[in-house]
Amino acid sequence: MADHNLDTRGLLCPMPVIKTQNAIRKLQAGDVLTVTATDPGVLHDIPAWCRINGHKVLEQKQENREIEIRIEVCES
Amino acid sequence: MLAVRVIQEQGILVEGVNFFTGFCVEGHTHAIRKKDQQKQKRNNALWVAEQLGIKLHIEDISEEYKDIVLNPKHGYGAHLNPCLDCKVFMVGKANAMLNKARQMADEKGFDFIITGEVIGQRPKSQRKQTMPLIARESGADDRLVRPLCAKILPPTLPEREGWLDREKLYDFNGRNRKPQIALAQQFGLLDFAQPAGGCCFLTDESYSRKLADLWQAQGRKDYELDDIMLLKVGRHIRPAPHYKLIVSREEGENNFMSGYKKQFHSVRLISHGGPLTLVDGNPSDEELLYAARIAARFSQGRDAESVQVEIQSKGGVGRVLNVTPVSADDIAPSWYI
Ligand code: SF4
Repeated sequence: MADHNLDTRGLLCPMPVIKTQNAIRKLQAGDVLTVTATDPGVLHDIPAWCRINGHKVLEQKQENREIEIRIEVCES
Repeated sequence: MLAVRVIQEQGILVEGVNFFTGFCVEGHTHAIRKKDQQKQKRNNALWVAEQLGIKLHIEDISEEYKDIVLNPKHGYGAHLNPCLDCKVFMVGKANAMLNKARQMADEKGFDFIITGEVIGQRPKSQRKQTMPLIARESGADDRLVRPLCAKILPPTLPEREGWLDREKLYDFNGRNRKPQIALAQQFGLLDFAQPAGGCCFLTDESYSRKLADLWQAQGRKDYELDDIMLLKVGRHIRPAPHYKLIVSREEGENNFMSGYKKQFHSVRLISHGGPLTLVDGNPSDEELLYAARIAARFSQGRDAESVQVEIQSKGGVGRVLNVTPVSADDIAPSWYI
């Protein structure tokens, strides 16, 4: 189990989602990935992507224009 | 969407692949333009996958896709949309993924590909003759099934092998979407998504014009992802072959374009409210000044004697000065791309 970070600031959807997907492909179940982003679209798209693919959103927060989403990688 | 449901009906596990070409209308435009933000922030492919209960793989093909847009073997559609090549490419990609998954023993293999194509629905890329062409050129051959019109096409491998019951596939054809909508209702698919085509900027006339203009100005057919993103926003005005202005139309575009200030010259209004303008190309100092006067025309100070602007050059060096907005007649209609 390990913590990982992914910086997608400045990118527009769907790029943050694609990068999240590609990062998670390399991770193990139990790992946690923290994604930072600036496109508000991720607030919708990343949780949707997680629901579809069976991963868990632990937390999402927004401060000014910066968004942070923590995802637990699950067995899928 | 419908094609997936038809196959799921037969108890078959389906997963989706969505390709990001750079020209997708999705996401970006909704994210950029403020007025669209309320409307629909969702990513359509993700939404559809969730409705159908399938997994979705999103693949970034924007780099490889360039070759399709720049040199389509089968030419363009009504605008700069290389639909036929695009489909061959996408099905080919999906086929490569299928083969790879099959080779990796520990991954579950997939047996065939489905697309939602309907014969006759699109003038160029969905004709009866093009169906076998896409199957052949993509390498998917008879592992490519079109559940919505399979009955009017020769049986494919999954049908011959009995993995799929051909009788439960459909024979839709032509532009009339009523039978499809009726079937969608039968499946309880309420918000039946737009058919392919409405989601790609290359089928848009004004977008294609801007892309053609870009190629002409560069003297060659090529683009970077940033170029094609910027074609989606703002008014584009070209006073001379070697430079053009991109004038933002609203706040969302302003924010988006601010991210490009280091890569382009820019004009920002100081004394009056007004849009951010990027200047693409190699204008002389005098021309940059003229660009600032055009930009001022789109500000709230359009009728003022003089407005204060900040002109920033590509490197980030800025200077503040006063300029007189040009008159509306000074902007020739032919400058608007
Ligand atoms: S409209 Fe669809 S098939 Fe045609 S070029 Fe765009 S994405 Fe490809």
